[in-house]
Amino acid sequence: MTDHAISHGRRSALFAWLTSETPSSRMQARCVQWFLGWLGLARNPLAMLGLAIVVTLILAAIFAPLLAPHDPLAQDLGRRLLPPGTDGNLLGTDELGRDILSRLLYGARITLYVVALVVFTAPVAGLIVGTVAGYAGGWVDVVLMRMTDVFLAFPRLVLALAFVAALGPGIGNAVLAIALTSWPPYARIARAETLTIRNSDFIAAIRLQGASPLRIVIGHVMPLCVSSVIVRVTLDMAGIILTAAGLGFLGLGAQPPLPEWGAMISTGRLFILDQWWVAAMPGLAIFIVSLGFNLLGDGLRDALDPRSGR
Amino acid sequence: MSLTGSTSGGRRAWLSSRSGVLKGGRLLISLAVTLLGLLLITFLIGRVMPIDPVLAVVGERATKEVYDATRASMGLDDPLIVQFLNYIGEVLTGNFGNSLLTSRPVIDDIARVFPATLELASVATLFGVFIGIPAGVIAAVNAGRWPDHLVRLLGLFGYSMPVFWLGLMGLMIFYGKLDWVAGPGRLDIFFDDVVPQVTGVILIDSLLAGNTEVFANALSHIILPASVLGYYSLAYISRMTRSFMLEQLAQEYVTTARVKGLSEWMVIWRHALGNVMVPLITVIALSYANLLEGSVLTEIVFAWPGIGFYITNALLSADMNAVLGGTVMVGIVFVGLNLLSDLLYRVFDPRAR
Amino acid sequence: MSTPLLEVEGLSVRFPTRNRVVEAVRNISFSVGREKVGIVGESGSGKTMTGRAVLGLIRPPGIVEARKMHFDGTDLLALSEREYRSVRGNRIAMVMQDPKFSLNPVMTVGRQIAEAYQVHTAASRSEARLRTLDMLKAVRIRDPERVFGAYPHEVSGGMGQRIMIAMMLIPDPDLLIADEPTSALDVTVQMQVLAIVDDLVSQRGMGLMFVSHDLNLVASFCDRVVIMYAGQIVETCKASELHKAQHPYTRGLLASLPRVDQPIPRLSTLTRDEAWKTEPGVDARIL
Repeated sequence: MTDHAISHGRRSALFAWLTSETPSSRMQARCVQWFLGWLGLARNPLAMLGLAIVVTLILAAIFAPLLAPHDPLAQDLGRRLLPPGTDGNLLGTDELGRDILSRLLYGARITLYVVALVVFTAPVAGLIVGTVAGYAGGWVDVVLMRMTDVFLAFPRLVLALAFVAALGPGIGNAVLAIALTSWPPYARIARAETLTIRNSDFIAAIRLQGASPLRIVIGHVMPLCVSSVIVRVTLDMAGIILTAAGLGFLGLGAQPPLPEWGAMISTGRLFILDQWWVAAMPGLAIFIVSLGFNLLGDGLRDALDPRSGR
Repeated sequence: MSLTGSTSGGRRAWLSSRSGVLKGGRLLISLAVTLLGLLLITFLIGRVMPIDPVLAVVGERATKEVYDATRASMGLDDPLIVQFLNYIGEVLTGNFGNSLLTSRPVIDDIARVFPATLELASVATLFGVFIGIPAGVIAAVNAGRWPDHLVRLLGLFGYSMPVFWLGLMGLMIFYGKLDWVAGPGRLDIFFDDVVPQVTGVILIDSLLAGNTEVFANALSHIILPASVLGYYSLAYISRMTRSFMLEQLAQEYVTTARVKGLSEWMVIWRHALGNVMVPLITVIALSYANLLEGSVLTEIVFAWPGIGFYITNALLSADMNAVLGGTVMVGIVFVGLNLLSDLLYRVFDPRAR
Repeated sequence: MSTPLLEVEGLSVRFPTRNRVVEAVRNISFSVGREKVGIVGESGSGKTMTGRAVLGLIRPPGIVEARKMHFDGTDLLALSEREYRSVRGNRIAMVMQDPKFSLNPVMTVGRQIAEAYQVHTAASRSEARLRTLDMLKAVRIRDPERVFGAYPHEVSGGMGQRIMIAMMLIPDPDLLIADEPTSALDVTVQMQVLAIVDDLVSQRGMGLMFVSHDLNLVASFCDRVVIMYAGQIVETCKASELHKAQHPYTRGLLASLPRVDQPIPRLSTLTRDEAWKTEPGVDARIL
């Protein structure tokens, strides 16, 4: 009994610390902010569903070798095009007798790999371009924003197609093409945020203390732009997955025999009228994962950005 | 500003027309810069291409002398800046070179395939507009209740589904299993070239020729790809309509309309939507532009002979001129649509005139 | 006095929020005859919500409760939404604070005014147009034809408010609620707009509920004054007898006004007593 009471008491103390309206340290203030954001997010069941899907994707990717019943590349021509529900092949097999479920699980790794690479490059590049343009102003701003506009003037997929055409097909080049086409919106957001931050009093105070422009941009402007960029990134992840899958579908992304979901749909296309599951299953996987990221992104936006309203 | 005093009114009109010219000039300059950047990107892409354009002309077995001579005659020995200027000149005169695949000028190929894409994107946009706007309005009016959640979920589904997969599933169900619609392509083979080509848009050409049979067949072919594509524009338009509508419903003039004794229907569909339409014009133009992008994959799935189909096929056969020409064209149309949305905004918003 | 135009008894307006219920208006009773009643209070005192509640404009999740809300023999509480619409605009109208926001920016002025007329009559388009032009003249707009075709952003604030008044009075209502009608305007045009309201209201023998934070203005403009504080009516009196006011809040308000005839070195600031919120309000009905 006492045990329970103590743990409860400790929990509520932690809770109070985390929800304090008068944080005593910068660290606590930051924790409070994150915790309140989390509480807001946790109240939203759809966002929680999205989070669950994303976590499942990550777990599936990590534990693919343990979870997959078969080798994703092992062909068994005797067992080709088996429908879902067949013994040993829960989601059926493809035209070479490979287990679709196993391929999907391993495919999660490719999807995550693409998303992670794009997410760690494009937003960073956009953030740098946007904050520098916004803070420097003048011709630097004009030139950088013109560049951004030019990239925005292309439909993303078409530009990515042209890039892949130039660089040659392959998953690395697909990632590069997606990253090259997806940084401009982040630059725009970061610039807009920077413009409002730049003229605030606390930046003026820091400037009066003699901080260098570089220090101000990196130490004070960028951190404040991060949350809106993060929200946008989460919302964009679905788009990244879909673009990557689209490139795969066109045969320009991951090359066979890699179990990339888009490429799997592409082969399934040949059997669409009779063996629909070959194309349907990987598409369903893409759909669920994208939906997960979208739900999470929506929830994050509501929780982190009070201005967006609902 | 006040309306009293006619002299100041005249002066103001003159001032505003001058600022209109200024604005127009600035717009044109920014347009020119954007197009220049666009060409620079495609030019650079063309340069890093692993395919040697000279080899494509002279063939694998040409001697070194022939190779070098051809290379020089193609201008590839000139400094990059000269090559770039030449490239701009070529593009401005509509010369994208010849396509390897069709061995015709790329510009002719594009002129032939573009109407198919426009037809698809236009019908899809109609879907998006006529379903998306009412859906967004209903969601906003019922914010937080089930119609709102339904529209939101439908939109999220649209944002999450690979367009090529949705197309394939649609084909499987509505063409393969139910046989409600026609399959891939724009027309059944025996209807090809039945009606004379005027606009290149079969739905219009068949009506011009008075051939309802062709029209019905074309409709049966377009309905599935257009609804698949339209679903994406629906998702986007309904989401934006909802958020614009929520913003407008909180405005004072909405209260004024209610105070007047107008029915809720009039308050929403006449007063609030009237104001929503202003920013929505931009959204519709943008969604139309985005459909050009979505149409690449949709065209592949439905074997729809449009620009996306053309670019992709060219890409897979390393037909560089066609890829770059197509990309430039799509970019130009994209920029043009953005410009159009800006102009329409001025027409629809009395404050911007 | 005969039965008043509007009689309200025990009106409360509440807004439930996530953590608590905000009580904007607490159990107030008042009446408005064919006279000018000023409702005075600071922002958040519930005066605006009182006006909107009378018009049935409080939308869910807001809650309106009253023991009695009668307008010219009609029980407003019993009206369906459809029936309420024939009262709104037609019998009771409201002029709001800032014409910049209360006029529809994408509709011409003429169309907006004519619409207010056409909703409640079977008038043809040309008839409505004529009436609109008349009404624009009645609010002393010199060039009605031109204003008719103008968009709201093309007119000044003072003219915007005159347009608003024209729009609200065109169906010939019996009661006008004016919610801070001059506070968004330039001081120079405030008086013009007030004079127009005054003229039209007395010409037509209407009732006026004048909501304002400006005690001076209300005292000079209205027949009767109702003072609200924290959602309650704390005092009511004839405008001419305002100097005899008893409630410390009213006295405080009066003391904090600068006076030309009695200059004092420093105006007193208002001190508020928590007890005012709990003591029962005053019944401001005249029956």
